[in-house]
Amino acid sequence: MMELEQSCSVLREFGSEQSLLSRPDGSSTFVQGDTSILAGVYGPAEVKVSKEIYDRATVEVLIQPKMGLPSVRERAREQCVRETCEAALLLTLHPRSSLTVILQVVHDDGSLLSCCLNAACMALMDAGLPMSLLFCGVTCAISKEGQIITDPSAQQEKESRALLTFAIDSVERSVLMSSTSGSFSVHELQQCIAVSQKASQQIFQFYRDSVKRRYSKIQ
Amino acid sequence: MDTVHARFKEKIGEVLLPGDVFSFRLPEDGEGDANIKTEKIICGPGLRRNGEEVQVCKSGILRHKQPNLYWIDSQQRRYVPAKGESVIGIVIAKSGDIFKVDVGGSEQASLSYLAFEGEEVQVCKSGILRHKQPNLYWIDSQQRRYVPAKGESVIGIVIAKSGDIFKVDVGGSEQASLSYLAFEGATKRNRPNVQVGDLVYSQFTIANKDMEPELVCIDSCGRANGMGVFGAEGLLFKVSLGLVRRLLAPQSEIVKDLEKIFPFELVVGMNGRVWVKAKTVQQTLIVANLLETCENMTSQQRQTLFRRVAEGSL
Repeated sequence: MMELEQSCSVLREFGSEQSLLSRPDGSSTFVQGDTSILAGVYGPAEVKVSKEIYDRATVEVLIQPKMGLPSVRERAREQCVRETCEAALLLTLHPRSSLTVILQVVHDDGSLLSCCLNAACMALMDAGLPMSLLFCGVTCAISKEGQIITDPSAQQEKESRALLTFAIDSVERSVLMSSTSGSFSVHELQQCIAVSQKASQQIFQFYRDSVKRRYSKIQ
Repeated sequence: MDTVHARFKEKIGEVLLPGDVFSFRLPEDGEGDANIKTEKIICGPGLRRNGEEVQVCKSGILRHKQPNLYWIDSQQRRYVPAKGESVIGIVIAKSGDIFKVDVGGSEQASLSYLAFEGEEVQVCKSGILRHKQPNLYWIDSQQRRYVPAKGESVIGIVIAKSGDIFKVDVGGSEQASLSYLAFEGATKRNRPNVQVGDLVYSQFTIANKDMEPELVCIDSCGRANGMGVFGAEGLLFKVSLGLVRRLLAPQSEIVKDLEKIFPFELVVGMNGRVWVKAKTVQQTLIVANLLETCENMTSQQRQTLFRRVAEGSL
């Protein structure tokens, strides 16, 4: 319990911008500290007959690293993001269509997967795709002394003994997806989940504020 | 008797949710049983008696009618949002077929389908909540992607001719089909003069998520009514769906302001495509640029811009 109080969910300064690209149906950029991701969403669009699903939309996620070609690491991240998106979107409304999310890593300074999730959610909102809930990503690192750090930087990630990323939903604050590496106890896992749920509050409030600000101009 | 009614009274007009319970268990005095027998609380829809408790099983407002009738008003007169106020959008039911309260227009950008998932209305798109009397609600969102909807008039580009139909690109997830015979005065012998690459202004007769969309260029009386092939010259460009709706509004300010600058022809498709033709190429480009930029401007800024252009071009 002591650890939970010390590791208050302090996130780095984050910011976002929507509708910045002219070609995609929805786009956004999300910045957490120095980590920055640019997301573009296309959909509902045509899908190859081999990939089409008769009663739902096909969600495709592409993550482009800053340097080099996408590798297995990006594929693993893409799967995490795709499963979260499939849980949040109302896929049955667009059968035999494709919803594509493309994420470009502009700079990586830690918490990459959670920044990808946040950018993807803002881009999906911008594109107006129907969703049943919003999601956000929070990363926790457990240092060698057992301290929980939220939204770690690359340096903090390197020095940690475990790294956990959770996708939290906006309606019930439940965990939609988790991706972990390193070794930690069950107790530490539960603490990290609690800390992430608390931190997600800030991010959802930020989503709401930024969408409100965007629509206030048109009112 | 007063205590029970009092407990209900304090909740009358309040929103109750399933799981709320009114207990009749009075403190253990001698009068306990006698009081319970004398009251007759009639439970209307949404309330269920369960021994000594009355449970709320529908979400809504508690209403009261003299002398002792209580019920939960869960019609859509009162909007019980599960989350948010005016920002996050409204959910279409998962099956999509039951309980669709059609919000008119039906294109997902401006007007979303409202459906009851049980007794909750969930929001599924971000935007501004709009209301029309008496009980119509929808979300106004700024979307770029067009989703075909029945009855809407769109500008399509003919992509291919195959057999008896044309394949038309409308900007949706699949191409729409337009039959040869769906033009005014067209018969099997007298085929319409439509080539690949032509622009057509047409209406959807079939547009749902399960079938390929179909277009026609005639109305129900068989007359063209402005629809058909057009666009010998002029410029076609794409804008967001919100701007298109503003242009198509009955007393559109943007169109009125634009008219004052110079005369031009304008065709607006609900799929976000706009076609403009003015006397010279330069004027056409000016009108196109003005329309594209006035998307994110307030009316003040727009009027100053138009005024400057009008003075500059003259």
